[in-house]
Amino acid sequence: MSKSTYPLPSRGTPLAPRRKAILVGASSGIGAALAHKLTRQGYTVALLARRADLLQALADEINHQHNEQRARIYVHDVLDHQAVPTLLNRILTDLGGLDLVIYNAGVNLPPEKGSTNVETDCQMAAVNYQGALAWLNPVATLFESLGAGQIVGISSVAGDRGRAGNPGYTSSKAALSCYLEALRNRLSSAGVHVLTVKPGFVDTEMLKAAKRAFWVIPPEKAAGDIYKAIQRRKQTIYTSARWGLVMLILRHIPSFVFRRLKFLA
Amino acid sequence: MKPSIYNTLTRLENYGHSHHAPSFLFQPQNVAEIEKAFETARKQGLTITLRGAGKSYNDAALNGGGIVLDLQGMNRILEWDPASGLIKVEPGVTIHQLWQHVLPDGWWPPVVSGTMTTTLGGCLGMNIHGKNNFRMGTIGEHVIEFTVLLPTGLEIVCGPKKNGDLFRAMIGGLGMLGVFTTITLQMKRTHSGLLTVRAWNVPHLRSHLDEIETGASEHDYFVGWLDATARGRGLGRGQLHAADYLHEGDDPAAARTLQIDYQTLPSTFFGLMPKSLLHYFMAPFMNNLGTWGVNTAKYYMGSRAKTYRQAHAAFHFLLDYIPDWELAYGRSGLIQYQSFLPRATALEAWTEMLALSQRRGLPSYLGVTKRHRPDKFLLTHAVDGFSLALDFKVTGRNRTRLAGLLQDFDRIVVDAGGRFYFAKNSETTAATARLFLGQDVVTRFKALKRRCDPKNLLESDLYRRVFGE
Repeated sequence: MSKSTYPLPSRGTPLAPRRKAILVGASSGIGAALAHKLTRQGYTVALLARRADLLQALADEINHQHNEQRARIYVHDVLDHQAVPTLLNRILTDLGGLDLVIYNAGVNLPPEKGSTNVETDCQMAAVNYQGALAWLNPVATLFESLGAGQIVGISSVAGDRGRAGNPGYTSSKAALSCYLEALRNRLSSAGVHVLTVKPGFVDTEMLKAAKRAFWVIPPEKAAGDIYKAIQRRKQTIYTSARWGLVMLILRHIPSFVFRRLKFLA
Repeated sequence: MKPSIYNTLTRLENYGHSHHAPSFLFQPQNVAEIEKAFETARKQGLTITLRGAGKSYNDAALNGGGIVLDLQGMNRILEWDPASGLIKVEPGVTIHQLWQHVLPDGWWPPVVSGTMTTTLGGCLGMNIHGKNNFRMGTIGEHVIEFTVLLPTGLEIVCGPKKNGDLFRAMIGGLGMLGVFTTITLQMKRTHSGLLTVRAWNVPHLRSHLDEIETGASEHDYFVGWLDATARGRGLGRGQLHAADYLHEGDDPAAARTLQIDYQTLPSTFFGLMPKSLLHYFMAPFMNNLGTWGVNTAKYYMGSRAKTYRQAHAAFHFLLDYIPDWELAYGRSGLIQYQSFLPRATALEAWTEMLALSQRRGLPSYLGVTKRHRPDKFLLTHAVDGFSLALDFKVTGRNRTRLAGLLQDFDRIVVDAGGRFYFAKNSETTAATARLFLGQDVVTRFKALKRRCDPKNLLESDLYRRVFGE
């Protein structure tokens, strides 16, 4: 838990409430950019990640900028499912409510030649997909009973097709996308909004795993797109948007053709 | 009792359904269970908000992420003496229970709210007033004594002369100093179940206020309806209602009219349509044009003054006349803005406010005026003057503009030496509260808070908003 000398932000008024968000996987990349974006828009945020030093530095920077404690940090490993319910309660109490949860935790461990890659693939499944289950299942239950709330999952364009290059990663993101769609179908009638975000190449640590990258966007651009989609309550967005058209075509290429297109797979 | 998000986080709303917050809901049935809730709060590092029927229009009974102690389960009437009119009740007893208990013996609560669903704990916490504030004061002025459980675990008795400083701070203290556990009230004698009511129109704000002032000195109850959609020369027009108790012998059927079933509001409209459906038919008129039409029709239909006799319950509990009326305002609900202004400044300030709301396309759909007198309670809202309560429909699109309008209202009211009521306004900031209460009052209230609740266990969204740093 963060100790801060900055004053606590006000909770706003009933007509103009301060919105509150949880950001899982906030220490770098899109997560850090989202933390900046949301706090600039007046949100108070709970930042979660494993790396305490990065998290602390990010929160300090944000709180210094606004001269109030808009960001609180909680060191957490998404593999620790047991910790989630208590932590969620704690954050709810600290923030005074909850409007938005963004699951952004994700790793990309490229397969190594000469290895079966079981461990790395299972780790990707655990962080990218199972961690989302551990967080978003209780959040979904909560938001459903409250009849309000927004859930955002950061998936990937990689989840749209089974791609030969990194089966572990591509399937973990496919599972996440499918899970988010299921949540949306379950929760929309309760007034809960679920957004699936599918970024292409973003200039983050994860980019190192990519063999070749093009149309690379800075994480700030991705965060801006995501924020806009949250406001407009979109179902699914690609960032940048041009990936939407590309993936529309790729999704419709029959499998027996797709696997022959080596440059895509 | 360990709060877990799976079973106890509950969405709680305000009266107007315009605001909600998730909380751990506790429903104690006795004092021991309240103590247990305090213990849980201490252990888990949570705050506690007290809640009665949840009829505040703002965030007074909401506590996002904390515990809400719903006291409706503690609703026993403990003692009733029909000879003296003294009644001792638990805090969850409603005005509904209260009047039904005392009326057959020829008594009536001295002060009631516009809905009878409110609990007495909540009424005391907000120090409610009725349509007779200029004559009978607030409900706090009729409290003989109460016992209160402090968050420290101490249970003490307060009355006007016993722990007087706490008495005057806890009544109207927003439930931030302790939990009322029993309340002893003095009822008022009544010789009939009926009131004589006179209704007449007033053409503009100046005559509206002039007639409230002269009328209030002659009547037991006085309330005005203000058509906030009327512009220009008709700005502030409306209809006044004055009511008087009947003297002994005036009502030949007193034995009959004092019975509860005589008072009970009919459940159908025109003997046919269930009233519980009525709010669906009101909803289509809840827009600027529709309300203008309804208000104009109402005004011209009332142009002939009339006098009639009406049952107490029908006159007082206008908000219960149409069940769930607040649902007519739609999904985002409504808020109410009430300002209290001295006689000297009311006309000018309200003229400015009504015109401003119309210019911005955010007219109030219902305005209610009353006459008031000052009282001795610490966080008092009362002035020697008038109050105007304005209902506003909230929509997804007008939220921000409405919040801005109300901030402008706050400035006008504070400049005019006015005050606000903590069960209603939702946009009052800490800075505004300090301005109208005075720094001295805020300091004194916080000193009492440190004495009664040194660990700050009692907090609500309202308290953080108006007393936050």
